[in-house]
Amino acid sequence: MERDATDELAARVRSAAAARTPLETRGSGSKAFYGRAVHGEPLSLQQHGGIIDYDPQELVLTARCGTPLTEIEAALAASGQHLPFEPPHFGPGATLGGTLACALAGPARAAVGPVRDFVLGIRVLTGEGRVLQFGGRVMKNVAGYDVSRLMVGALGTLGVLLDASLKVLPRPQCELTLTFPMSAREALVRMNDWALLPLPISATCWVEETLYARLQGSAAAVAEAQQQLDGAELAAGTFFWAAIREHTHPFFASAGPLWRLHVAAESALLDAPGRTLIEWNGAQRWFAPADAAEDVHRRCARSGGFANRFRRARANDEVFAPLPEPLMRVHRELKRTFDPHGILNPGRLYADL
Amino acid sequence: MSLLQELRAVVGAGSVLTAREACVAFECDGLTAYRRVPDVVVLPGSAAEVQAVMSICHRMHVPVVARGSGTGLSGGSLPVAGGVLLVLARLNQILELHPRRRMARVQPGVTNLSISKAAAPYNLFYAPDPSSQIACSIGGNVAENSGGVHCLKYGITQHNILEIKVVTVDGELLVLGGEVGEAPGYALTALLTGSEGMLGVIVEVTVKLLPRPARVELVLGAFDDIAVCARVVGEIIAAGIIPAGLEMMDGPAICAADAFAQCGYPTNAQALLLCEVDGSSADVADQLERVMAIMRNAGAMYLRVAADAHEQARMWSGRKAAFPAVGRLAPDYYCMDGTIPRRRLPDVLRDIAALSEEFGLPIANVFHAGDGNLHPLIMFDAGKADELQRAEACGGRILELCVAAGGTVTGEHGVGVEKLGPMCKQFAQPELEMFHAVKRAFDPEGLLNPGKAVPTLARCADYGAMRVTGGALPFAHLPRF
Repeated sequence: MERDATDELAARVRSAAAARTPLETRGSGSKAFYGRAVHGEPLSLQQHGGIIDYDPQELVLTARCGTPLTEIEAALAASGQHLPFEPPHFGPGATLGGTLACALAGPARAAVGPVRDFVLGIRVLTGEGRVLQFGGRVMKNVAGYDVSRLMVGALGTLGVLLDASLKVLPRPQCELTLTFPMSAREALVRMNDWALLPLPISATCWVEETLYARLQGSAAAVAEAQQQLDGAELAAGTFFWAAIREHTHPFFASAGPLWRLHVAAESALLDAPGRTLIEWNGAQRWFAPADAAEDVHRRCARSGGFANRFRRARANDEVFAPLPEPLMRVHRELKRTFDPHGILNPGRLYADL
Repeated sequence: MSLLQELRAVVGAGSVLTAREACVAFECDGLTAYRRVPDVVVLPGSAAEVQAVMSICHRMHVPVVARGSGTGLSGGSLPVAGGVLLVLARLNQILELHPRRRMARVQPGVTNLSISKAAAPYNLFYAPDPSSQIACSIGGNVAENSGGVHCLKYGITQHNILEIKVVTVDGELLVLGGEVGEAPGYALTALLTGSEGMLGVIVEVTVKLLPRPARVELVLGAFDDIAVCARVVGEIIAAGIIPAGLEMMDGPAICAADAFAQCGYPTNAQALLLCEVDGSSADVADQLERVMAIMRNAGAMYLRVAADAHEQARMWSGRKAAFPAVGRLAPDYYCMDGTIPRRRLPDVLRDIAALSEEFGLPIANVFHAGDGNLHPLIMFDAGKADELQRAEACGGRILELCVAAGGTVTGEHGVGVEKLGPMCKQFAQPELEMFHAVKRAFDPEGLLNPGKAVPTLARCADYGAMRVTGGALPFAHLPRF
């Protein structure tokens, strides 16, 4: 869908602001499960799509936020490039806007950085229906506050994302996955041994007593690293990483609650009954508790990390780790600044945002 | 108690300066054209003291300007009348360096280079390398979102910090981000990075450390046509290569640098590229071969790979000395800092040459080509009637070119007081109003670094640029690139 629906969207937001009607921003709905439940009139971005500008030599792609990720990824692939942060789709229609609002990155996150590191500029609709443009389409830009990256991961509570310019990168020429049978404890040590060395490892994962490492780079570099690491080659490596990214791996098959933990890379596994899958050299872990496990937030905070309820069990579950009050106050001030009437995805991130 | 009594009670009498001869050392940063002797300088010795100072100033409605090493190039830490200059230089400890977690937790006054030095025994380094890295502080780097030669591959400050501790205008301590680089809530590290001391005072920074690449190679390619050289920049990127550094110099800059540093540049060339590739040994060999093929096919008149680390340093020395070298060609120069999309390099360089003709002022170009971050140096003589005005007008037109090409008026030096005018060209009123609203969300009274970074709507009329007088560069002992 090649169409700019800015004017219609702005008019919708302005009338909602006037009537104080809460809005629920929606792309394809592929990540509607993520975050707290929102009660609002749906505001669909699906009629606002299309790639606006893409020049492979520039390493920058600008697209409307209703553009399907598949369309963006196909355009990039045709020029030998990709979105380095490997965003999970979680559905066939996943859009650019949802990807940025949720800020979810895939297996390559530990090697390339978070989603926001690839955002150069964003055009956004405020809660009063004003269209604002922040950042730009260039790699280095320190003019003005970095509002565009503030929008990444805000779950649409600070603005309706209209268009974004992303930094993209060449796709690695060659890819190879190695496997190593070992315990979680051994795997955490091994991953972080490797991370100290200049190796072309683009992803690591431990699940079901096996450590997986993905090598990416030139054919020569991958071959060199393969010799050095000496693991067993996994023939279906690409499928394995896609299954981890999209949560189609059997680990994620159970319909029960699922927690996403962020902890210091080498910390011990959570002291609670359940199954764990480790990614990002140990910094991201998926935890499927064996019981109701209501105190995961607290247990995780005790070990210096934090936890999110990735798939909530009940509509009124608190999803994200609680913030200290002074920090929450800053959040409330920013919410008021961008959305003074509190009509954009109210409550999706925290109850009072 | 008075303000001074309260401040002395918190940090000790020796750490509150009011004598003019002591305060004059802090009258400007690296942009020496703007000066003001601060009324009060406070040097806190801990984050807790910063909190106490902020809370006193907040209660008494006194403006506060934070300052690190004072190497900034846009007047970001210029003192304000009736305000306190909060100098964070005493907070200079590396609190924790954890090799296996590849992170270091440091106080804001720690210098950029000392982090990489401390990490070197573990074969790790901190990637952003602004030219002033021997002196500039990490707190200032975060406030300005500093770049460097290697940010094409490794990113600028924003990509290399994990967590910051910030003291708010009323003295509250906030922890933003986290060691894993993820944190619940809004991306406030992103918002605070590059906010030029307008939203909070940075009192601690946790940086990411990277393993040193196994191999580094540097190739120099020279061309007899600047447009061809500019196109080669795009071709290298299009070939799927992300060099660690990709720097360009034009004819006048080459001659000036070679005369200054005797670095063996081909002085008959119209343009040259310095391309550094790093990575695993096999990757570097592959990339080096492809970069050389691209340069050769484009008709490079000179092509040389540095034989060893010694020759690499020599090749870099001309580039790093380019600013002072150009400073010898004319009594004065203006340094601009615009960024443009890479594909616009050939035509924007052509347009800059046309402006040089139009204004009758020579311009040397030496810049971060890989990022499209230009540093045109406009040479003039302030002693000659109207040359200063012509240089200012020419600089303004160059920044307009950058904005028209889809770029920005500052790629890495920041807005400070210097680019308040050009900001008005880049942003329209609604965006500027939102910037002011964001500022109010953190600092309703406008006590933090007032008057910097974001122009008032009334101000949106003037233009400015980094001015160097009498060829004397601020911090002349520091390499500038």
